[in-house]
Amino acid sequence: MDRPDIFDCAIIGGGVTGCAAARLLSKYGLSLALVEAAEDVSMGASRANSGIVHAGYDAAPGSAMARLNARGNAMFDQWCGELGVPLVRCGSLALAFDETDQRSLEELYESGLANGVPGMELVSGGEARALEPLVNPDVIQALWAPTAGITSPYQLTIGCWENARANGLATFFDTRVASVERGDGHFILNADSGSSVRARYVVNAAGLYADEVARLFGDQSFSIKPRKGEYILLDKDGSAPKRVLFQAPSVMGKGVLVSPTADGNAFAGPTALDQTDKSDTSTTGEGAAELRRLALRSAPGLNLRAAITAFSGLRAVGSTGDFIIRASGIEPRLIHAAGIASPGLTSAPAIAEEIVNILANQGLRLKAKPDWNPIREPIERFAGMTRERQAEVIASDPRWGHVVCRCETVTEGEIVEAIRRGARSLDGVKRRVRAGMGRCQGGFCAPRVMETLARERGVSMDSITKFGGGSRMLVGPIRESVGGRAVEGEARA
Amino acid sequence: MTGIRATDVAVIGAGPAGLAAAVAAVDKGANVLLLERDARPGGILQQCVHNGFGLHYFGEELTGPEYAARFAGEAARRADRVSFLPDTMALSLDSDRTITAVSPREGPLTIKPGAVVLAMGCRERARGALGIAGTRPAGVYTAGAAQRLVNLDGYLPGRRVVILGSGDIGLIMARRLTWEGAKVLMVCELMPYSSGLNRNIVQCLRDYDIPLYFNTTVSRVHGSERVEAVTVVKVDGKRQAIPGTERVVECDTLLLSVGLMPENELTRMAGIQLDPVTGGAVVDERRQTSLPGVFACGNVLQVHDLVDHVSREAEIAGRYAAGYAKAGTLPMPKLSVSAEGFTRYVVPQRISAEPEGMVDLYFRVGDAVKPARLTVRTADGKTILTRRKKAMTPGEMEHVKVDVSKLTGDVVVVTEAVGNV
Repeated sequence: MDRPDIFDCAIIGGGVTGCAAARLLSKYGLSLALVEAAEDVSMGASRANSGIVHAGYDAAPGSAMARLNARGNAMFDQWCGELGVPLVRCGSLALAFDETDQRSLEELYESGLANGVPGMELVSGGEARALEPLVNPDVIQALWAPTAGITSPYQLTIGCWENARANGLATFFDTRVASVERGDGHFILNADSGSSVRARYVVNAAGLYADEVARLFGDQSFSIKPRKGEYILLDKDGSAPKRVLFQAPSVMGKGVLVSPTADGNAFAGPTALDQTDKSDTSTTGEGAAELRRLALRSAPGLNLRAAITAFSGLRAVGSTGDFIIRASGIEPRLIHAAGIASPGLTSAPAIAEEIVNILANQGLRLKAKPDWNPIREPIERFAGMTRERQAEVIASDPRWGHVVCRCETVTEGEIVEAIRRGARSLDGVKRRVRAGMGRCQGGFCAPRVMETLARERGVSMDSITKFGGGSRMLVGPIRESVGGRAVEGEARA
Repeated sequence: MTGIRATDVAVIGAGPAGLAAAVAAVDKGANVLLLERDARPGGILQQCVHNGFGLHYFGEELTGPEYAARFAGEAARRADRVSFLPDTMALSLDSDRTITAVSPREGPLTIKPGAVVLAMGCRERARGALGIAGTRPAGVYTAGAAQRLVNLDGYLPGRRVVILGSGDIGLIMARRLTWEGAKVLMVCELMPYSSGLNRNIVQCLRDYDIPLYFNTTVSRVHGSERVEAVTVVKVDGKRQAIPGTERVVECDTLLLSVGLMPENELTRMAGIQLDPVTGGAVVDERRQTSLPGVFACGNVLQVHDLVDHVSREAEIAGRYAAGYAKAGTLPMPKLSVSAEGFTRYVVPQRISAEPEGMVDLYFRVGDAVKPARLTVRTADGKTILTRRKKAMTPGEMEHVKVDVSKLTGDVVVVTEAVGNV
C-alpha cells in the first residue's frame, strides 16, 4: 500500500472503537492510518471484555450510550456476517431475588422501552429457569431480553482491522503518540520511538489514554479513569449456561454476570474496582472470591472448579458519565471517541457511524469507493470443517493436518495463516486461532507455536514475545555443548 | 485420503505406555496401528534427558530417550505387524470404538479396530487451576514446557527462577536450569511433604543447595511484561495463606510443577466411566475399561512416578487388547476394589470374573503416614494380607500382590497409621 506523506485521517488506538471506525472510513476515497501503541490491535479493553452484545436497557434514556447501544445492537448481525465473526443471539436474563431487585427490573424495563429495545419481557422465576436451568431457585423474577447476545470482542476488532486493511488502511504498530505538532493544515503525531505520522484529521480512540491524547492537542475537557473488571474463565465441559445472566444492577457497572462465550466456554465476571493505575491489569484474591460468591448466587450449579484462567480488563470510564463522541472544542479536526466503557463493544458499529458523520460535518470529504469490499473471510477453523473439506485443505497444504494445540484442536495451517495475517506474538496467535486458549493454557503448544512464529517470521526463537514489548519468552540459547540438537539426534537413534 | 483403516488393535499414543502395549499386542498375535501426535515415538521421554529410568525394568540406569529407544526398537523389529502413524492426532473415539484421526500425510482417517489401547498420557496443571493472583507476564511456565525449551529447543527460559510445586519434573528442572547457569532461588511446596521422589529431592535440590520450603506457596505474580518478582507466603494446616508471612522474591521466571492430570478427552467422548480420584478410566486387572474392547494404561490411567511401572501396566493392556481383538470378548468385572483409610485410590478398581493368577494392586496414600499398616481385606471381613511400612507418602506409588483365588468378595485396601512400637 502506498503511504502518503500526509494521511487524510489518522485513528489513534486499535481497539474495537478505532478499528470499527477504520473499517467504516475505508469505504471512502481517503488515505487512512491507524496508530497503535502496542504490537497488535485489540490490546486494551477490547481484549479483556465480557463480549456481550447488550440489549440496551441499561443506559439512561437520552444518553449517547442508550442511543448507540440500541443502534449498535441492531447492526451486529450485518457486521458479524460480513466480517466472519461469531455472534449468538442467546438472550439475557437480569435476575431479581427480592422486591428491591424487582423494582430495579421494572426501571430497567421502562428505560428499555424508552431506548427502543425490542422484545423485552418481565418473566417469573419459573419462566427464567425454563429459559436457563442454571438460574438460582431463589430468583423470583427476571427481565428477559431476547436481542442480547455474545460475540468475540477480539475477533470483532481483528475482523474490522483486517477488513479496513484490505480496503487500504495503513497501520503503525508500536507507535505511542508522545507529542503533537501542527503542520500546514495537518497534525504531526510524533511517536516516542522517533517516527511520526502526519494527518489532516485525527480520531482519538485511545481508550484509557484518550484524555492524555486530548491533552497533547491542548484539550483538557475530559478525563478517563480505569475501572478494573476481573474474570474467571471456565473450561468447555458442557456445563456452561445458554443465556447471559445478570443480576439486578448495582451502582458500579452491570454487576457480575455468568455467561457462555462465543467459543463455548463459560465465564464469571466482571468485578468493578475504580483505580488510578492505567496499566494495572492484575487479578486479586479478593476479586476472585467476590466473583465466586456472586456467580454462584446467579447460578449455584456453575462448575467453578473448571476454571482454566483468570484475567482482568480495564474499562475506560469518562468523566462525563457518558460516551464522549464529538469534535474537540480546541481542534475542530480532532474527533474524540472517548469514555467508551460498557456498552462500548455493542455500540462500536454505531460509534463508527457517528465518527464518520462528525468527520463529514467537520469538512472531511467523503466519496464512496466503488470497489470497497465489506467482506472479510475469517481464518477457516480446522475443527469446524467437514471431513471432505479437511481432506481438501490437507491435500493442498499438509500443515493443516498437523494439530499443534490439542486442547482446541488448532492446526499448524491455522497458526501459519494467523501469522500471515499479522500475529507477531504468542498472544497474537492465541486471539486469532485459539492456540493456547484451552485447558492447558499453552503448556503443551506454546513452545511449538514459538517455533512456528520464529520460522514463519524469519526471526530467532529467543526474540519471540508473549505480547510484544519486553514480554520475551526466553532469555537466550543455552551453552552450545549441551545444545538440544544433539539430544534430538540421540532420541532418533 | 479419506480411507477407513481396519486393524486388530489401535494404540493411541506412542509414549512409553503405547510402545509397550503395541509390542505386547503383537507378541500375542495382533496387528497394531500405533497413533502418535509427535513426529517420533517416545512421548515425554524424548525431553527427559536425565538418567534414572529403567532401574526396575532393565536393572540399569538409562536416560529417557534411551529408555524409549529400547521399546521403539522392539516395535521397529515388529514392523511387519506394527504400523506407526506419526504426526497423527486422534480426534474422537466413539462407543463402537471407531477412531477419527488426522495427519499431514494421510489427511482425515477413520480407524475401525478390534480393540483400542488408550495411552495418551497426561498434562500438567496450569496457573489457572491454581488461581495465583497478580499480573500475566511472560516467564510463567509449566515445568514440562520449560524442559522442552531447554532440552529440545536449546533455549534458556529464565535466569532467576522460583519453582512452585515439588513434583518430579520441577525437581529435575531445578537441577537442569542450575547446570545451564540459571539461579534457582527456591522450590515452594504447598503441602508439608513433597509429591516428588525422594531421590530427586536429594540429587536435584540438596546437592545444589536449592532450598525446599514446605507449607509455602506463591500467592502473586509481579511484573507487567516479564515476571519481575513473586510473592511467597506460608500456609496453615488448611492451606490458607498466613497473613504477615508474605515475602517478595525477585525473579524472572516462575515454574509450575503442581501436578499432572490424565488426558482423558477421548475417554470421555466414548462415554467410558472415569474414576474421579485418579482422573483416569475405571479398569479391571486386564486394564479393560467400562467399554468392552477399550483398554487404558500409563499416565492416562493413573499418574505414575516410575516409567518402569508404566511399561508393565501397558504390557498387560496390550496383551489383553490382542486377546479381545481375537476372541471378541473378555470376562466382565465381578468384584470391585476400593480404598479406605489413608489409601486414596487403587488401580485396578475392578477384578473380573475369571482372574488369572496373582493381581498387582497399585495405590497411593492421600497423606504422609509414618509408620503405616496396610491391610487388604474383603468386604465381608476376611483379611487377605497385612504389611507394616516404615513410611508412606503421596509421592510414591505403592503396590501389593494379591492371590485372587483367595478373594471371596469385593476388595478393600486399607492404610492406617500405627503408633510406634
